[in-house]
Amino acid sequence: MTEPESGGASGSDGTARETTSGDVPRRSDRSAWNWLLLLPIVIPLITPLFNRDHPRLGGIPMFYWLQIAFIILGVGGTTIVYQVGKRRKG
Amino acid sequence: MSGGHVTELVIFIVLFAAVAVIGFWAARWRKPGDMMHLNEWGLGGRSFGTWITWFLVGGDLYTAYTFVAVPALVFGAGAMGFFAVPYTVVVYPLVFLVLIRLWSVSHRHGFVTPADFVRARFGSPTLALLVAITGIVATMPYIALQLVGIQAVLKTMGFGSHWPLVIAFLVLAAYTFQSGLRAPALIAFVKDLLIYAVIIVTVIYIPYKLGGFGHIFDAASKHFSSTTPPTGSIVLGANNQLNYATLAFGSALALFLYPHSVTGVLASKSRNVIKRNMSALPAYSFLLGLIALLGFMAIAAGTTPIGKDGNTIVPRLFDQMFPSWFAGIAFAAVGIGALVPAAIMSIAAANLFTRNIWREYIKKDASPRHEAWVSKIVSLLVKFGALLFIVFLNPQFSIDLQLIGGVIILQTLPSVALGLLTRWFHRWALVVGWAAGMAIGMWMLYTIPNPKTGHLHFGGSAFALSKLGFDTDWTIYTGFVAVIVNLLVAAIATLILKAAKAPDGADATKPDDYTADEGDPKVSEVPVAV
Repeated sequence: MTEPESGGASGSDGTARETTSGDVPRRSDRSAWNWLLLLPIVIPLITPLFNRDHPRLGGIPMFYWLQIAFIILGVGGTTIVYQVGKRRKG
Repeated sequence: MSGGHVTELVIFIVLFAAVAVIGFWAARWRKPGDMMHLNEWGLGGRSFGTWITWFLVGGDLYTAYTFVAVPALVFGAGAMGFFAVPYTVVVYPLVFLVLIRLWSVSHRHGFVTPADFVRARFGSPTLALLVAITGIVATMPYIALQLVGIQAVLKTMGFGSHWPLVIAFLVLAAYTFQSGLRAPALIAFVKDLLIYAVIIVTVIYIPYKLGGFGHIFDAASKHFSSTTPPTGSIVLGANNQLNYATLAFGSALALFLYPHSVTGVLASKSRNVIKRNMSALPAYSFLLGLIALLGFMAIAAGTTPIGKDGNTIVPRLFDQMFPSWFAGIAFAAVGIGALVPAAIMSIAAANLFTRNIWREYIKKDASPRHEAWVSKIVSLLVKFGALLFIVFLNPQFSIDLQLIGGVIILQTLPSVALGLLTRWFHRWALVVGWAAGMAIGMWMLYTIPNPKTGHLHFGGSAFALSKLGFDTDWTIYTGFVAVIVNLLVAAIATLILKAAKAPDGADATKPDDYTADEGDPKVSEVPVAV
């Protein structure tokens, strides 16, 4: 089905797994690390975690500062998954 | 007072003119090949690197309307308006997991629109047409809202008429026509520098003048509890928490289904550019969080809107708190901020029309050159249509339509987003699911009144669960319910159609198309399977 070797493919190819049938993708989107991305998808939606006024931070109620802090969760999750994915492709 | 407005206006016009020059010059930026090709005009040559993509997509997702409407919502309702922050946190991991596959398959097959993908994946021109029409209809009011953003600024500077808006839009239409996606990409740099500078100064300077954040929130809390019934609160109440979460989640799903987001993603040059941006784009979410707090600052400062137009709150706050030269820069930031998404949205809508309606049904043998012409003309028409909306209809109408737009674009989720992950659904089941989701979504929106504006219908997106027979005062986001219904119907119909052995469309894509990257052979170069 697919061509095993293509000229001009960029260096960052996926792990070239030996395949028996021809149509297994050479790269994969699958990775156990992707589960990590569930955290920034789910946690910001759980309102009981942050729906309070106190403790305040610099005068800002917890409802606001904690949700702004969740941005770090999103950045951290995507960064880790991206870096791990890059390294595995070597 | 009018002297101040003159200073503001001069600065506004100078910056606006500078941006127009940049917009025209963009046609020659980064050595385009042949501008009369959709890959060049509509997707900037599919060559944008990490930085350009960051500015382009940032300018695309965080629109002028966002900067005006989110604080206005906070000003009116308090905590509920903050949903924009979790919404823009949740969206990036979703893109990372799903939309990246759209880039790959589009890179390999030369797709320009999400409907192009649906057509190839499910072998169904009808389904592709539905996706295309949904996209165009959802995008139109969104463009109109960018004008509402500019309008709010112009109103604050004392303009009662529409002519400045018309001029601004004619200039925008002219350079988008000439430069295509390169224009908003380049202008986004200027716009963002202005926005970041203005907001950073604002969140330091205004709280300092108002006596600190603690005082601002206490004043807001007092203001909300003084109204009967309370119009809002600084934390969520008992009944709107489910609505808050589903609205944030539903909006995130909708955001990356919008054609203009897809355009921004497809214009980047590789998968890694997108992945890196999913870590870098949340910088704008941080900015948005700070901008949302402007609503509370306006309450504490005693700012009043012009007439009943809540969207003028932020411009009025700037006008009230800042020296006029700085207010002028802030107004220009909002005004220019409207141009970037308006340009990208009109390009995305035009591409949908060209590829999935014109080429599919009217001129099957359209050459790339002909396609580019059609897109250019349609991008003008789309902008002109949005302008008519604002000039001749009540802006509130566009806001209501945008609300509906979010609900309807969500109905393309099974075909586009799930289609990227699985080919399990039957093409006709997706059509039936789409129709069911649309119907229930429209019905729910129709039954929601808005006491503030006196609307009996289409007054908001928070649907009372009690209407469905649940014994509770909770509300839920309409789009979320509609898309769940859509999915259920599509799944059941798929099982029935498969059992009945109804003919399904052929899938023109292969599994490894979804992981293709920069430098991989494109479909014209891929050897045909024997």
